Amino acid sequence: MAKIKLDSLTKSYGTTEVLHHIQGDIDHGEFIVIVGPSGCGKSTLLRMVAGLETVTTGEVSIGDKVINDLEPADRDIAMVFQNYALYPHMTVEQNMAYGLKIRKLPKEEIKRRVEEAADILEIRDYLKRKPRQLSGGQRQRVAMGRAIVRDPQVFLFDEPLSNLDAKLRVQMRLEIRKLQRRLGVTSIYVTHDQVEAMTLGDRLMVLNGGYVEQFGTPIEVYEKPASVFVAGFIGSPSMNFIAAEAENGLLTLPNGTTIRTASKTVGPVTLGIRPEHLLPNDAGAIEVEVDLPEQLGATTLVHGRIVGTDLPVTASLNGINAAASGDVLKFDAPVEQMHIFDAQSGKRIE
Amino acid sequence: MVENRPVLTFITHAVLILGVIMIALPIWITFVAASHEDIRMTQAPIPMLPGGYFWENFKRTLFGSGLAGNEITPVWRMLLNSLVMALAIAGGKIAISLLSAFAIVYFKFPFRMGFFWMIFMTLMLPVEVRILPTFEVVANLGMLNSYWGLSIPLIASATATFMFRQVFLTIPDEMLESARIDGAGPMRFFWDILIPLSRTNIAALFVILFIFGWNQYLWPLLITTDSDMTTIVVSIKQMLEAAEQSPQWNIIMMTAMLAMLPPILVVIAMQKLFVQGLTETDK
Repeated sequence: MAKIKLDSLTKSYGTTEVLHHIQGDIDHGEFIVIVGPSGCGKSTLLRMVAGLETVTTGEVSIGDKVINDLEPADRDIAMVFQNYALYPHMTVEQNMAYGLKIRKLPKEEIKRRVEEAADILEIRDYLKRKPRQLSGGQRQRVAMGRAIVRDPQVFLFDEPLSNLDAKLRVQMRLEIRKLQRRLGVTSIYVTHDQVEAMTLGDRLMVLNGGYVEQFGTPIEVYEKPASVFVAGFIGSPSMNFIAAEAENGLLTLPNGTTIRTASKTVGPVTLGIRPEHLLPNDAGAIEVEVDLPEQLGATTLVHGRIVGTDLPVTASLNGINAAASGDVLKFDAPVEQMHIFDAQSGKRIE
Repeated sequence: MVENRPVLTFITHAVLILGVIMIALPIWITFVAASHEDIRMTQAPIPMLPGGYFWENFKRTLFGSGLAGNEITPVWRMLLNSLVMALAIAGGKIAISLLSAFAIVYFKFPFRMGFFWMIFMTLMLPVEVRILPTFEVVANLGMLNSYWGLSIPLIASATATFMFRQVFLTIPDEMLESARIDGAGPMRFFWDILIPLSRTNIAALFVILFIFGWNQYLWPLLITTDSDMTTIVVSIKQMLEAAEQSPQWNIIMMTAMLAMLPPILVVIAMQKLFVQGLTETDK
């Protein structure tokens, strides 16, 4: 267990800066998810903590120790890779014991730790098998077992579930979460999957283009997204954005409709409303012409356009809804569920 | 191509049988010649069936003084020379190539690609091209008529380095990263991960290089003047040049058969690994 501190971390390849002054404090036993689209630098950031990439400027510390120049093996971390990176010629047992063997731990201690980890992960029956004789989910467990036996201060996960099928992914997600709670080890988890991010993380670090867009609990990120990017990235289906003019607590939509808002800002803004917050109301101000309804059973997704404009809007309605293409539906949105962003910078305006 | 046409079947079988005969017939004649008296092979027509002197010829060739009237080394000694040379060449080539490929793939050092291309370019220079300067060096180092002189100059290998480089490139980077996190240093990673992962490729290369070493002719001919250090492949040729008498075919053919044996044994013993090493792509 340890605190991790990222202090103004920067990574450059040649003259190209790919991570810009990343700042973050991670507490004892916290589960942090770094989430962002591909190419945002999330894996690079994780690898800098692991010691697999050099730090250009800034400092990483684990506990109170700056670890910028330590070898990965000396950082007291364990990492789970996307493709598991198990040694194919060693049995499961040897795979898990390898790091301990190099550390010259006594044989009985190694055996004890491997068996303990195998019990936790329920892979005792496979200890004598080679990785190629295991299924994807079992290999994933072995990769985690290899991390657990090290008894490290920090776990690092690099998209560990993306090679699994959808059902297994959900199951392993739960297990990773339970395991982390049980062991209480500070963890950093990289993913591009926002569902994984929302369900696993104590806090999320949303990265975009090498900048931290927002660093907060999943609910904060969902309820108060700091920018248009975060708002669009977190939540499924993603938030609707409507260009509008704000004045005196009123928003004017491109088709002339006005809606009430809590914000006192003036000028061009982007109004964000999540599909699940568009409430059908015959007296509602937001009129949507339906293009395509998608019935998912529990909900119906209505894809359409704001009447008189080309602005696409998606609404998520409870249950099965009989809306047909060409219908005009009216919606209302609660004032507290409207998000207002600066039209230029994309930053949230309160 | 599952077709049932009698004519095609006939032609394919004919071609195959013809091929087998072309390869097997000389070997059969070698065997037949090795089992007759020396005088028999000089009389026409030459026999096509084995005679009764096989074991006698075998003993005379392997342990005796070889050709009658010649002061020649027993063949077991030449077999041993050949074996030592072939093993040293194959082993040395593999060791050096593994290490140089390891350096080129996993370490960053100045002129890394320069070194790689330099190694690669020597692929185009066969032993024969550099044979005189190499001889000069070996002679000055006093390695004539020794196992060192027989094997060391042939050890450097661009082919094997290049092949191991390709093998290492197919091993995912995560393997190295995971080993680094486990605390394995470079040599530890080399021994514990790289070597076991390239096991089949090493075996395949060993087969090829062993045969390459065994079949060396020009180089051993040049640097061994002492008949105790001659290799078997060289000696067959020398036996044919026996002065003032007709060649003793029974002994020569027996020697030829003994010379064929070790490469065959190596291929048979390592066949499975050999095929895996050349075809396996998945790491």
